[in-house]
Amino acid sequence: MPTKIEKDAVSGQDTTGHEWDGIKELNNPLPKWWLYVLWATVIWAFAYYFWSSPIPGVEGFQEPARERLAGEMEAARAEQSVFLEKIAAAQLQEIRDDPDLLNFAIAGGGSAFADNCAPCHGQGGAGGPGFPTLADDAWIWGGTLEDIHQTVLHGIRSDDPDTRLSEMVPFGDGLLDHAQVSDVAEYVLSLSGEATDRQAVERGKALFEENCVACHADGGVGDASLGAPALNDAVWLYGGTKTDIESQTWDPKHGVMPAWVDRLDGTTIKMLTVYVHTLGGGQ
Amino acid sequence: MADIYSNADALSRQEQKRDSLYQNRVKVYPKKVQGTFRRLKWIVLTVLLAIYYIAPWLRWDRGPGAPDQAFLIDMPARRAYFLWIEIWPQEVYYLTGLLLLGAVGLFFVTSLFGRVWCGYSCPQTVWTDLFMWVERLIEGDRNQRMRLDKGPRTWSKTSKKFAKHGIWIVIAALTGGAWIMYFNDAPTVLVNLLTGQASVKVYGFFALFTATTYLLAGWAREQVCVYMCPWPRFQAAMFDEDTMVVTYEGWRGEPRGKHKKGEPWEGRGHCVDCKQCVAACPTGIDIRDGVQLECIGCALCIDACNDIMAKLDLPKGLISYDTERNVANRAKGAPLRYHLIRPRTIVYSALLVAVAAFMAWSLATRAQVDVNVLHDRNPLFVTLADGSIRNGYTIKILNMTRDEKVYKLGFDGLGYAEMTVVGQEDSASQDIARLTARSDSVATYRVFVVVPADLVQGQVQDFSFVLTELETGETVRHETVFRGP
Repeated sequence: MPTKIEKDAVSGQDTTGHEWDGIKELNNPLPKWWLYVLWATVIWAFAYYFWSSPIPGVEGFQEPARERLAGEMEAARAEQSVFLEKIAAAQLQEIRDDPDLLNFAIAGGGSAFADNCAPCHGQGGAGGPGFPTLADDAWIWGGTLEDIHQTVLHGIRSDDPDTRLSEMVPFGDGLLDHAQVSDVAEYVLSLSGEATDRQAVERGKALFEENCVACHADGGVGDASLGAPALNDAVWLYGGTKTDIESQTWDPKHGVMPAWVDRLDGTTIKMLTVYVHTLGGGQ
Repeated sequence: MADIYSNADALSRQEQKRDSLYQNRVKVYPKKVQGTFRRLKWIVLTVLLAIYYIAPWLRWDRGPGAPDQAFLIDMPARRAYFLWIEIWPQEVYYLTGLLLLGAVGLFFVTSLFGRVWCGYSCPQTVWTDLFMWVERLIEGDRNQRMRLDKGPRTWSKTSKKFAKHGIWIVIAALTGGAWIMYFNDAPTVLVNLLTGQASVKVYGFFALFTATTYLLAGWAREQVCVYMCPWPRFQAAMFDEDTMVVTYEGWRGEPRGKHKKGEPWEGRGHCVDCKQCVAACPTGIDIRDGVQLECIGCALCIDACNDIMAKLDLPKGLISYDTERNVANRAKGAPLRYHLIRPRTIVYSALLVAVAAFMAWSLATRAQVDVNVLHDRNPLFVTLADGSIRNGYTIKILNMTRDEKVYKLGFDGLGYAEMTVVGQEDSASQDIARLTARSDSVATYRVFVVVPADLVQGQVQDFSFVLTELETGETVRHETVFRGP
């Protein structure tokens, strides 16, 4: 409650009647228009609240946010349709050669990649143990635009009828013993200059030519048509130490790449293909 | 300052109840005034309004494909154009500089001559003055207007009000229209507005600025100065005893009182309490109460009083621009001292010059081309089949000129390495590539640098990209790193 209202000599105004550490304040009346504006904002707040349909299930007058978003997405796709149509009609190499289409495809492919591919293949195609690095120039199934396209469409060891399949023979299942696997591993290491035991390399070479060359080809250069990785390079899907190589030979792991033909539209898959191809290792 | 609580008396409970929390507005009817300062106000108003309305129509040729309006803020394209200067969004700090200049300039001028911004050049004052002139034209001078408002509703009164508000709305529309012309090409948007082809956004802003001009200049007027604007409340902090403000020379005017022709002037002041100063004031205050928040320093009371002084054969200047120091000097008969150049004004003007110089220098020496190099974060590096290490970079060239530019991209400080630009893999030379940046746009290039396995030096190695412009030979360097396992 105001304790002591005083009248100011200069302005003729009353004070508020309160005092704060010796400070008193004049109680100048507010203009009435200020009050009316305040009431107007209160009324407007109520009106806007009900107009903007914020209560679930109760329809307001403004288009609900979800519908507005769908509309905006439609409009965005319509704006992009110029490029999307061109990409849908063009061959993969044509997209790669045209700078404007290339830029669009890299952007569109990049965004689709982040949503669909990065969970396994890592951002930017960095890869990980068991997930191929897409940014390098080592390809299990080939790195041309067509190869990548095929892989993305139908996957590897997926449920799709056109999927690609490869199977690394489990040599630990009675085909080779531990000593032999160790020797073969040593030979494989020698293909990339990492071997340490020369005699083991020689023993392993003989075993390799008997058991491995059929898929992995002479000198371990690999065969993309069979999905047999090159063993003579610095890129290893399951690790490049001797133990890793022995393990993959004894009891091989086989990854599964899903088929995207039914999950993404053709244009997106084309853009993804071009994007992966431009990550740096495209052939 | 007088101690405002020295005469306080506590009120009784009944007296406390009588004052309301809200008050009705007291309508102000400023009287027509003639004189030096009225003329000065008209000149300033004309010049400022001419600039405001005409500037969007000025043309400036910038070449094909570029807007040809001299003053244009192109929001969708994220560019601002002021004559030959083009500002990109990342250069918005020039706007900060302008605001700084405006603020310091305002402090400087106010410390010298008081509230000249408020009284002469503030947009609220200028448009209210214009609207009041229209009102005087249609409804007559102060006494006629007061009688009209008090009188009954006749056809004459209604048609006058109609005409006045009609003209006000036309002026407001021209003002709103001019505003949006700073953000759109003027001839185009005018045609669109008139033929119904303008976008909802354009019509919306047009309506908004028309409405605000009409409301603020036609209805709100002095309420803006008294209640809404923050400037009056701290302008007083800019004054000192040497600031020339609109002052009533109390030592000469008091004691005031009515004067009959022929009566002597001894023993009384020159103020005849004609209240012409109050009648002329657009905010309706009495300057004889002293410097106050509501006084916008328009000096119309000076003209009004001088008129009366002339009629009474007394010298001018009963109200005039004067300093607190000199009012005291005049009262004593001491010599007058003006200190327009004093520490406060020196500091303000030095600051003004410094900020303006810095901005001008910055504008003149700003780079027309900017290069950004972004090292890939995922993956940091890639091991290739032959064991060599590859790093990826995104190079963005911001070409802020009107010409297309071609650059040679090279690198320095890495020893032997191979560089390829995505999209130019079949370019002949190994470590030099050609990058084109179109005019007024950003060019983005992906670049790969490959270092053989045995030449990689540690996890991080510093080196630079070097861009050489083919035409002028200018080079831009950008430092970056090469990462390895």
